[in-house]
Amino acid sequence: MSLSRRTFLKTGVAAACAACASQVPKTASAEQPRVKELATLIDIRKCIGCEACVEACRDANADKYPDPKKPYPKMYPSRVKVEDWSDPEGRETRDRLTPYNWLFIQEVTVTHNGEEITMTIPRRCMHCQNPPCADLCPWGSARKLKNGITVIDADLCLGGAKCKSVCPWDVPQRQTGVGMYLDLLPAFAGNGVMYKCDRCYNRIAEGELPACIEECPEQVQTIGPRDEILREAHRLAESEDLYIYGEHENGGTNTIYLSPVPFELINQAIQQGEGKPHMNAVADQMAHADNLAKAMVIAPIAGVAAAVGRVYKAIKTSEEKQEVTR
Amino acid sequence: MSRPILPNKTIAEQVWIKPVYILIFLLMGLTGFAQMPIFKRYYIADIPGLGWLDQYYVTHTIHYLGAIALLALIAYGLVTYWALLRKQYRLTVLAWIRVALLAGIVGTGIFRVLKNLPDVVFSPGFTMFIDIAHLGFMMAYLVMAGVALVAKKRWLTAKV
Repeated sequence: MSLSRRTFLKTGVAAACAACASQVPKTASAEQPRVKELATLIDIRKCIGCEACVEACRDANADKYPDPKKPYPKMYPSRVKVEDWSDPEGRETRDRLTPYNWLFIQEVTVTHNGEEITMTIPRRCMHCQNPPCADLCPWGSARKLKNGITVIDADLCLGGAKCKSVCPWDVPQRQTGVGMYLDLLPAFAGNGVMYKCDRCYNRIAEGELPACIEECPEQVQTIGPRDEILREAHRLAESEDLYIYGEHENGGTNTIYLSPVPFELINQAIQQGEGKPHMNAVADQMAHADNLAKAMVIAPIAGVAAAVGRVYKAIKTSEEKQEVTR
Repeated sequence: MSRPILPNKTIAEQVWIKPVYILIFLLMGLTGFAQMPIFKRYYIADIPGLGWLDQYYVTHTIHYLGAIALLALIAYGLVTYWALLRKQYRLTVLAWIRVALLAGIVGTGIFRVLKNLPDVVFSPGFTMFIDIAHLGFMMAYLVMAGVALVAKKRWLTAKV
């Protein structure tokens, strides 16, 4: 039987609904019981800069550190940099983030309310809720776990350093001479492996605390479900006139700082640079992409609607011609 | 003499669909490959006017915009063929291959977009699979397009 105007519109609408339904993303809660994202609270008033956390981090994660074998393959073109922290001096570097130093203490002196204050601040991966490093990794080696921890899989990473480029704090650091790129085309693609704090995800999986939290003699850091950590942060902020950093930066992170002075002052006074992250405000880097993702749901509907209009016009024209003929 | 124009195509379709489609695909391919950190390494991003290929947030946004345009165009094409053209024309084998590859590209692309939403966490293996599959389908599509171009293959044949 021939296609009539009425039957086409009926089936067209059904097709549009099906197209729409099949592409609406399911919420995480609809798929499975939701694992709570973990967040840490860092109360920098308590930090005395003893570096016990740095030492604990190094001890606990030593077996994850890169162990490159020299000589490294020559890389082309010549602009490709070798980043090597594996000599004894490089391994011992503690004043910045490196492949062997996933956590370091930043010292800062600020004047607030007429009073000069020196503070020490533990710095490491912020573990964003919407991490650009994981979203934009073209190979899938940087990823976010269900408990909110962002991890770089050293067995898969090719060391392209895109995660560092897109990280608002430039946290991941590269070591040349290790990783999967050695098995592929080491001269022409890849450059080692990126390293950063993984929040001792293996210890957490076994019900233990991250090493830096467990070893801190001043209990500077606490860890727990994000909503509880935020509740505590706001309670302290309100009762003791403190400032919060990390809750909204980059769309929200799972590393929350509490400070007695505004973070704008800290950011102005802090020494920033390679491996030394800032504490500036950061807009949500992935918000635009997420909005476009939602627009993708509408796109096929718009295409179907345009086609429906076009087909309707064609049928109408065809019917008019038939009437003229008749 | 020139190839006969399909009688059911509108003037707008004859003029615009093919160049728009080709432009979208070129842009998607370019920004897709730009997701890998290779354009800076090999001086492509140093060519005047092409510096944006090294800006990951820029290429990512353009890739998403291209995906929106591609989804709309595919939906339009599907409905138009199903409602009008299929009465008189049949898809060739190469056209079916093209449909399958497009479905693969779009399907893996959808999963990749879902994976990037803040509340969606896929398993590591699945994430790698869709990443590599997305790239693989695109490579295969380029090969298919090359074959079609060189051999001057057609997508539709008239039903007798």
